[in-house]
Amino acid sequence: MKIIVLMKQVPNKDAVLRIAPDEKWINEADVAMQTNESDGYALEEALRIKEAKGEGEVVVCSLGSQSAKTVIKDALARGADRAIHVVVDGANKLSSHQIASAIADAIRDENPDLVFTGLQSDDASYGQTGVILAELLGIPHGTLIIEVDRSSLGDTLRIKRELESGWYQWFTYKLPALMTIQSGISQIRYASLKGIMAAKKKEIKDVTPGTGDFASASHVEKVYMPLKTKQTQILGDGDAKKGAVELVEKLRTEVRVL
Amino acid sequence: MILVFIEHKNCVLNKTSLEAITAAQAIAKDLGLKVSAVIPCDKDCSLANDIAQYDLEKVIVAKNEKLGTYTPDGYADAWSEVIKSTNPQYILMSHTYQVRDFAPKVAARFGREVVGDCIRYKSDQGKLTFTRRIFLGKLDADVTIGGDAPYFVTFQSGAFRGENAAKGTASVESMDVNVGEIRMTPEEPFQEAKASVDLTKSEIIVAIGRGIKSQENIAVAQQLADALGADLAASRPICDAEWLPIDRQIGSSGQTVAPKVYIALGISGAIQHIVGMKNAGTIVAINKDAEAPIFDIADYGIVGDLFEAVPVMIEEVKKAKA
Repeated sequence: MKIIVLMKQVPNKDAVLRIAPDEKWINEADVAMQTNESDGYALEEALRIKEAKGEGEVVVCSLGSQSAKTVIKDALARGADRAIHVVVDGANKLSSHQIASAIADAIRDENPDLVFTGLQSDDASYGQTGVILAELLGIPHGTLIIEVDRSSLGDTLRIKRELESGWYQWFTYKLPALMTIQSGISQIRYASLKGIMAAKKKEIKDVTPGTGDFASASHVEKVYMPLKTKQTQILGDGDAKKGAVELVEKLRTEVRVL
Repeated sequence: MILVFIEHKNCVLNKTSLEAITAAQAIAKDLGLKVSAVIPCDKDCSLANDIAQYDLEKVIVAKNEKLGTYTPDGYADAWSEVIKSTNPQYILMSHTYQVRDFAPKVAARFGREVVGDCIRYKSDQGKLTFTRRIFLGKLDADVTIGGDAPYFVTFQSGAFRGENAAKGTASVESMDVNVGEIRMTPEEPFQEAKASVDLTKSEIIVAIGRGIKSQENIAVAQQLADALGADLAASRPICDAEWLPIDRQIGSSGQTVAPKVYIALGISGAIQHIVGMKNAGTIVAINKDAEAPIFDIADYGIVGDLFEAVPVMIEEVKKAKA
């Protein structure tokens, strides 16, 4: 059983973002980075499947600049067996189809039984790289996976998809297949000291993608702070207690709910 | 021509599809195109006549016995056939969980991708620019699409109003489509636990997010809710951590609410949460991060520590009610 897990490096959730001078992206240089949240859950699920099966290999694949090595090394420390790094500078200029096709080229010959990704990245939030990749690899896919029936694993795999408004649905897939994993599917493990030491010996293969043009790519023309749709009254001038007093007064006199 | 996707389960409409019709009609007007609706179904869908009451050229029922229950393989095959035989300029859909499951697959078959989850568009001499929310709602991006038609675009729920879809009369056309092997077997959809709390009926909601920091701290939010006569709710991370049950979750994977007052404590305001509460009458946000996106939709905001603000609010509310 070979499982490839796609993981992306993205800006830290709480990072203050500064727009780059060309107004096409943010200044990534001055932002703390982290592993995309749902990708962390994708790795965890892959490791649990390998453990339940008692055999297999978990291969991490990340597309990004050399700085993405941090994400790769962290995944290896958590228990992934080896890694493929599709080295691209300025990956933010690539559209989801371009990313999917570069990854397809990098992993096609691996012939994985399963490919796991997070359901979307917390930066560009395309939410489609995995689905396009499945189509390019010619394998079926499922999105928004919230539970994996590990006991079902064989030539097929049974998974639970999240639908909207609290609804769910189980599907059984023929393998190989690609699944995009929802955050919160399980508790993510931390890297142990032993894991961190072991990771140093694990293989990281750097690959350089071909530079195929993609005429139908979407282009980011401009990024900017969201236009405010509402006039927000900021209360308390930074003093939370004073703000609380003013707020309750507003709820009483302007909103009239007290 | 613009094709718009009508989503349904057993011929019962998913109402966000009406928003897609509104969007398609607006874009059609700007570009001088006509709009047709597409309903994948395993029979002569009873929904077709309802959709034919809108101002559309045609309602196309893409018919195959394998389309009774949604599968990404089945829907992708059906859509591929419809697109090949109609040559649309645009394919417009609401960005639902089902659409995000199959639309990128269809787009990839045509060597395209989806411009997904757009919140608005503008038209300048026939050239469309779409706006997407990125970085968890912190920034907006204006996006154009390169290459030739067809172009695939999805709009976020609430970006257009379904009740604004123009009425008219459309012809209904049945199109038999080929569907190949379905590589996944669906079971019946189900609800995990019947929601014991119906937050859609709440007048006031106090909602907590990551900023509450620990399960023990929920008590102070509960006290505020009690003082206000409000119901307690949460964003996804709180329910994922099982600090509150899933029936308290607000957002795309939880409940969608529109109370008179919504008080967001320590909620940054990721899109997935905002779509579930943005129609509240009055939105109050308390967050220590002045740049949190929740402030963009708040009527009142306190930039500061919720653990300082909330105890004072509880006292003040009690005083006001006394």
